[in-house]
Formats: sequence, structure tokens, C-alpha cells
Amino acid sequence: MFSNLDLQKLVFGRLTLEAIPYHEPIVLITFLGVAAGGLAVLGAVTYFRLWGYLWREWLTSVDHKKIGIMYVILALVMLLRGFADALMMRAQQAMAFGANEGFLPPHHYDQIFTAHGVIMIFFVAMPLVTGLMNFVVPLQIGARDVAFPFLNNFSFWMTVSGALTVMVSLFVGEFARTGWLAYPPLSGPAGSPGVGVDYYIWALQIAGIGTLLSGINLIATIVKMRAPGMSMMKMPVFTWTALCTNILIVAAFPILTAVLALLSLDRYVGTHFFSNDLGGNPMMYVNLIWIWGHPEVYILILPAFGVFSEIVSTFSSKRLFGYASMVYATVVITILSYLVWLHHFFTMGSGASVNSFFGITTMIISIPTGAKIFNWLFTMYKGRIRFEVPMLWTLGFMVTFTVGGMTGVLLAVPPADFVLHNSLFLIAHFHNVIIGGVLFGMLAGITYWFPKAFGYKLDPFWGKTSFWFWLTGFWFAFMPLYVLGLMGVTRRLNHFDDPSLQIWFVIAAFGAVLVLLGILSFIMTLVVSFVKREELRDVTGDPWGGRTLEWSTSSPPPDYNFAFTPMVHDGDAWWDMKRRGYSRPLHGFKPIHMPRNTGTGVILGMISIVFAFAMIWYIWWLAAATFVAMLAVTIVHTFNYNRDFYIPVDAVMGAENKRTKMLAGHV
Amino acid sequence: MSAATDSNQGAHDHHDHGDGAAHGSMKGYVTGFVLAAILTAIPFWLVMTDALGNKQTTGLVIMALAVVQIIVHMVYFLHMNTKSEGGWNFLALIFTLTLVVITLTGSIWVMYHLNTNMMPMSPMDMKHQMP
Amino acid sequence: MKTAAGQPDSTTFYLEEEHHPEQGTMLGFWIYLMSDCLIFAVLFATYAVLGRNYAAGPSPKDLFELPLVAVNTTMLLFSSITYGFAMLEMEKGKQKNTLIWLTITGLFGLAFVGIELYEFAHLIHEGATPQRSAFLSAFFTLVGTHGLHVTLGIVWLVILMVQVNQRGLVPENKRRLMCLSLFWHFLDVIWIGVFTFVYLMGVLQ
Repeated sequence: MFSNLDLQKLVFGRLTLEAIPYHEPIVLITFLGVAAGGLAVLGAVTYFRLWGYLWREWLTSVDHKKIGIMYVILALVMLLRGFADALMMRAQQAMAFGANEGFLPPHHYDQIFTAHGVIMIFFVAMPLVTGLMNFVVPLQIGARDVAFPFLNNFSFWMTVSGALTVMVSLFVGEFARTGWLAYPPLSGPAGSPGVGVDYYIWALQIAGIGTLLSGINLIATIVKMRAPGMSMMKMPVFTWTALCTNILIVAAFPILTAVLALLSLDRYVGTHFFSNDLGGNPMMYVNLIWIWGHPEVYILILPAFGVFSEIVSTFSSKRLFGYASMVYATVVITILSYLVWLHHFFTMGSGASVNSFFGITTMIISIPTGAKIFNWLFTMYKGRIRFEVPMLWTLGFMVTFTVGGMTGVLLAVPPADFVLHNSLFLIAHFHNVIIGGVLFGMLAGITYWFPKAFGYKLDPFWGKTSFWFWLTGFWFAFMPLYVLGLMGVTRRLNHFDDPSLQIWFVIAAFGAVLVLLGILSFIMTLVVSFVKREELRDVTGDPWGGRTLEWSTSSPPPDYNFAFTPMVHDGDAWWDMKRRGYSRPLHGFKPIHMPRNTGTGVILGMISIVFAFAMIWYIWWLAAATFVAMLAVTIVHTFNYNRDFYIPVDAVMGAENKRTKMLAGHV
Repeated sequence: MSAATDSNQGAHDHHDHGDGAAHGSMKGYVTGFVLAAILTAIPFWLVMTDALGNKQTTGLVIMALAVVQIIVHMVYFLHMNTKSEGGWNFLALIFTLTLVVITLTGSIWVMYHLNTNMMPMSPMDMKHQMP
Repeated sequence: MKTAAGQPDSTTFYLEEEHHPEQGTMLGFWIYLMSDCLIFAVLFATYAVLGRNYAAGPSPKDLFELPLVAVNTTMLLFSSITYGFAMLEMEKGKQKNTLIWLTITGLFGLAFVGIELYEFAHLIHEGATPQRSAFLSAFFTLVGTHGLHVTLGIVWLVILMVQVNQRGLVPENKRRLMCLSLFWHFLDVIWIGVFTFVYLMGVLQ
């Protein structure tokens, strides 16, 4: 019998049948839903014989536009998962008072708030940001692709693998119950002996590799591949914010990688970095992870600032007010974001000198951010503003984000933070800036660049519906949390005793339902727009009266983006071209040099999921095998020197002539 | 990627920016090696023989020598200068060094204050008080 | 169309010739190294904060043998200069000499890793395991991560030698050798920090 057990351990590690939570009805129903949905999609792909097309044109593609679109799709799918978690939490807190225990037991509730945080930051906000940068930046700087096209594809698949690893935890085993940053000693081997924290670690490590590499890639792209004439101070603002964001990614994610590696050593090897005995210090983890964590906040918000800058100037038909100050503000934020991390743990007890230093730096960082708000306001001033959907998101952002920013300054005051630390006030604050800033920014960006990506605009009626539901939903959901936080209610509770608090939680739950309607309206937008795509077709390639280079090419752009590399004379390059009588070249096309597609990224991504699964469940033989396999695939890939090809002149001419006809038919 | 690029050489004016990296010379490598050897030998000698007789001074001196040696390696082996890759390499290096300093000194500062404020005694004291 | 990017013809809005942007590999790899540098910064910071928490266990003075570290340092320094020689030969286009110097570099690297493994085995044998105290956890992780990098560098070196042998000193291979050069010298720079901060300062205390 013992040998039997040993054999089972050898083959399956600590994975047993009990790991599958079939006794939990909520998980079971979710599983059935996901499985049915997944099978339907797979069935449809097979039925319509799309596998070959998908593999050739999308999964193995190194085209930055397709990779960008896939990032956004991943983010939107994960948004549904993350939002489902949010709805469950709001429902639980609205009902679990007094004798009513609600429907989520503590161990389940803890996994849900952890998964919600992890998914929303790493697998919704990050892919949205990376996806948008991937799609837009090369077009804005007049390049044909990114600096390292294969690396781009590989980065995307690592991000997908990380997301899938989190999804696997829903059905096999459990997720972490530690909160989204997994502080030890709770996340250490004694506090969390299960697999939850291991899922957390490996999902983030795998996705982190992808994020880091795409950061390096986009920096090299922006530095090296700008069109001739585009000096640094003639770069579009979105490209500037993308550059700063990627610098932050490259400079911050290694820290996360290292900290999580130390935590895994504590868990797997039994070292004493963050333990309570033998000299370990759990607060060192908190210190280190926030050195990553604070820049991460700016990684998310800077691209959103870039999106709003583009939109405000386009829809006000004016040059952006204070371009140079916008750039300097972005750079200042980039550097200052490394000097404020301690404000996440004022209460740790480093004392007055340390706390006041970090309190002051935190307050200083609000100055460049405030400067940006004024720049947008002055851009709109005396502008001919068109209130289209992207502009609505921008206005919603300016009001909402400013409130969030102000509560942030409140929290930067250490004595105030001692009262509000870990309260619902904090929860309200960061949702205020992340929903009101990042999410509104990304939805604005998606609406703004959608016609460029797909060749037709999004339906404005459903777009506006979605915006108003999101906006009102946000205010209903989070203003009550400010109130509760001021009354001293702490975060991460799944049950309350004081019935007088209930009404606030009910209002918050109502807000969450409004946000749900916002999300459904957004899906409606996509569906309705697809149905009405002929009516919404963008034939000009410039549906909004744009100012930057991406609007100079067709919608959707050809694989090679630009038949001829543009020459830039002005910050608003395309505006300048339109103003000074640019005419589209019709002759003299040359063959175009492009990178070749490759399946290596997908393969490595899939193997890495198996590797993570094996590490999580202590299936050592499988971990070793998949590790060697990854190494082998990588090495084999380096032996392939044939990575590029030329698009023949005929193909270029065909695509360009088609566009000529399209333009002639509609102007 | 660049095989095809190179076959196109001369067809246009935007080519042959090269790989942007500075190259070394025999003299450079040998100079660097000799300097590095000396700068390695001195601190080992200082510590192993306790030549200065004062731990604090020795500590400061070997730290300073390490900084000098790092610069030597950067210049002679990594060919770092303010111009390679249009200055971006140097900029990246300065930025990284700033962050390294922030991470190191910040962590030490924060954790030192934490320990003095929150620990009833230092680990050394505990050791002395152990039975 | 011979307009330099500096003074563009203001009515020209596009290049008629194919545009080849600059190669980004060396910059990209340098940025990767900078990110790697930050991983080491975290490990150094951890060592700085936890490095004196001996938990009534052995301290650096009890454990470190400076002569061994000196030999190890020498190995790495020699490998740096021999890699430099390989690069000089590469620039002259001499494939065989390049491969010879790369082989020597790899052997010095192996010697370094071998000595480090010997040191680790010795420490563990004495009971100074990574699980013994926070100091030892931080020590093994910092030094071990550096050693792991050197090991990966050796693997990469071998692969590159095969590729140079197969295809000669083509531009791609040259660029790859230059990347590895940066990597290799970068590891030497990190080692300066390790021997000063961990070994010498440790023994000094």
C-alpha cells in the first residue's frame, strides 16, 4: 500500500481527485458554463474550418497590429471573469449581515477577492495597455513593425499562459487566499500550505516574462524605428507615454520577478527570507514588492494619459495645449514613481522621518498629474469640441479621476493614513483612479482606434449607453465605500454585524449592477457595429479628422502599414500633411521587407503552462521534462536564420490600388 | 533579418548605422585587465592582512575600489561611453544606477528604522542574552 | 531624394526608397541587461537587510575562505579578457582563432562554476545550508543567481560556437557574439559587487 502511495506521489505529485472542487456548486456551475462556452467556440472554429486560418493569420502572426488586437481580446475576456468576481463580492457584502452568512464561505470569498485583484491588474489592465501600445505605437511613428517581431509574439503567448494558469486554478485546486500581493507570512509555507499561492506565483512569473520582454521591445521600437524627421519632441504624446510606461516596465518588473522568486524559495526550498523565525523578515517582502507596485500604478495610468491627450486634441480640432509640459510631466512622473513606495505601508512603523519623506514625495507627484489635467482643459478651451464617444469617456475621466486623485493626496498624509489604512476608503480611492483613469482610458482608446483596426466605427448609440452606465455605475458603487471607509469599515470582510451599514453596501451592489449593464452594452456595441459594419465603414482611413500618422494609412492598415515610409516635419505629422497638400503616392512601389510568422511563441507558451502546473503540484518529472523542452525549443529557434521575406511589388500595388478605388468611390 | 538588410547595402542612404556598439582594441582590453587585476588584488590584500588596522577604513576603501573597478570594467570591457547607440545606452545605465541606489539605500533605510522602532532588541542583543 | 533626416525637404512627405531602420538588437539587449541588474539589486538589498541575521548560526567569518574566492575571482577575470580576445579576432574575421578563444573562455567559466559548486557543497556539508538562517538564505541566493547566470552564459557560448562553426562569422552571429560579450562582462561587473560586498565585507565584520 505504501509503495502504491509513493508511486502515485511520483507520478501525480500532490495532485489528487479531491483537488477538483466538484462539491462546490458555484465553482461547478461556473465550470460547466466555461466548458460549454469553450466547447461551443472550439466547435464553431472546427465547423467553419477556421483552424488553419487562425493558426496562420493570428496565432503565429508577428504582425504588431494582430498581436495588439489579441491582447485586447484577452483583456476583455478576462474582464468578464474579474467582473464576475466583483459582482459576487458586492452581492455577498450586501446580504451578509447579522444572522445571514451570505452565499460565500470565508475560504471561497478570500480566493475571490485575491483573484479579482490579480486578474484585473495583471490580465485586464496590463494586456489592455500593452495591446493598445502594440497596435498604435508603430503606426504612430511610421514603422512597419516593432523592433523584435518574434519576441512580440512570444511575449503575448506568455501573457496568455499566465492568464490560463489563473483560470486552471478555478477548477483544479484553489487560488491564493492572501490578497492580490500575497504578503508573507500568510503566503509562506506555514500560512498557505496549499497550491493557491503557487498558482499565484507561477501565473505572475510567466506573465511577467512576457511583460518585461514586450517592454524592451517597445523601447527599442520607439528609440530606433521612428520615421525620418520625427525627433523626440515631435513624437505623438501617446508614443511618449508609451515610452515612459515601457521604461517603467523594464525597470519595475524585474523587482517583482526577484521578490516572487524569493517567496518561492521560502515555499519550495525552505529558506528564511520572509519567515518569522531564523532571521527572516516578512516586512522586507512588503518593502520590495511595493518598489515594483508603485511604478506599476503609473505603468497603467501613463498610457491612459496618452490616449486622452490624443483624443482631446483630435476632438477639439486643436493642437494639444502645452505639448512640452505634457512630455516633461510624463518624464517627471516616471522618475518620481520610484520614490513613493512606502506610502503603501505607512503603518508598518518605520517612524516619523521615513513616513514624512515618503508622504511629501507622494504629494509632489500629484503636481505633474495636475498639470496634465490643466493641459487637457486648455486644449478644450475655445476648441470646436465634438462630443463623440471617445470624448465622452475623456470627460468622464477628467471628473472621476480628479476626485480619485484628491482622495489619494488625503491618503498621502501619514496621520490620515493611519486612520484610513486598509479601510474601504482605500478601496474606493484606488478603484476611483483605476476605473476612472485606466479603464475609461482604455475604453476610450478602443473606441477611438477601433475603426483603424477593423475598418468600421463602433455604433455611437450603444457606445454612449455603455459610457453612461459605466459612469453612473462607478459613482454608485464606490461613493458608498468612501463613506464606509470613513466610518472605519475595513477591507476583505465577508460578514458584518452592524446592520446600520447594510444600506451602503446595497447601494454599492446597485452600482455594480449598473456597471454590469455598462459591460453588456459594450458587448452590444461590438455586436451591433459588426452587423451594421457597411453603414459604419471608414473608407478614408481618417474617420475622426486625426492628427497623427496612424490616420494617414488605410483602415485597416495593410500588413506593411505604409507603402512608403513617411517623412515627418511637425508634431502633428498627419495634420501637417493634410494642411500642406499631401497627395497619396500612386506609383513607384518597391518590394517590402517583412518578418516571417513563427509558431515558436505559441509552442513555448503552451509548454510553459504545463511546466507551471507541474511545479504547482510537485510533479517533478513533468517539470523537468517541460523545462528541458522549453530550452530545446528556444535553442532550435535560434538555429533558424530564415526569418524574413519580401512582399512582392504586385501585392503592394494591388493593395494600394484597391485603396485608391475605395477613396475615389466615396469622396 | 539583417542578412537581407545587408544584401541591400548601398541602395539607399539610411543604411549602415552598424550595430552601434563601440569596439575594443588590444590595448584597451589589456589596460582594462591590468587595472582590474590591480583593483582586485588590493582589496583582497587589505582584508586578508588587515594592513590598515581599522575595519571601518578598510571597508570604505574596498567599497571605493569596487566602484573604481566597476567603472574600469564598464569602460574597457563593456565599451561604455556617452555616445554609443546615440547616448541611449548611457542614459539607460544612469537611470538603472539611480534605481539601484534607490532600491538599496531605500530598503536599508526603511528596514533599519523599522527594526529600531519595532524590535525590542537587536538580533545581536538577543544572541548575547541567549542562555 | 538625398535629403538627410536633419534638414528635410519640407514638401516631401515620404521616402521613395525603402527605409531600413537601425538595428535595435544591441540596444534591446543592453536594456535587458539593465533589467537583470535590477534583479541583482533586489538580491543585494535583501542581503544588505538580512545579511546579519545569523539566527545563532555561523557568520561570514566562520565560513568564507578568501583564498578560494580570490582564485574564483581570477577565473572570471581571465575569462573576461579571453572573451575580449575572441571579439578582437572576430572583428578581424578570423573564425578559427575566435573559436579557440571562446573555448578558453568557456573553460574559465566552467572552472568558476566548478569552484563555486565546491564551495557550496563544502558549506552545506558543514551544516551551513540555505535553510539555516536568513543570512545563509540571502547568501546562497545572491551568489547562486550569479552562478546560474554564468552557467547559462556557458550554455549560450556553446550554442554560439556551434552556430559560428556552421555558418561562419555572418552578421547575425557577430551580433549574437556581441550580445554574449555584453552579458559575460556584465556578470563580471556583478561579481565585483559580490566579492566586495559579500565576501570581503563579510570577513571584515
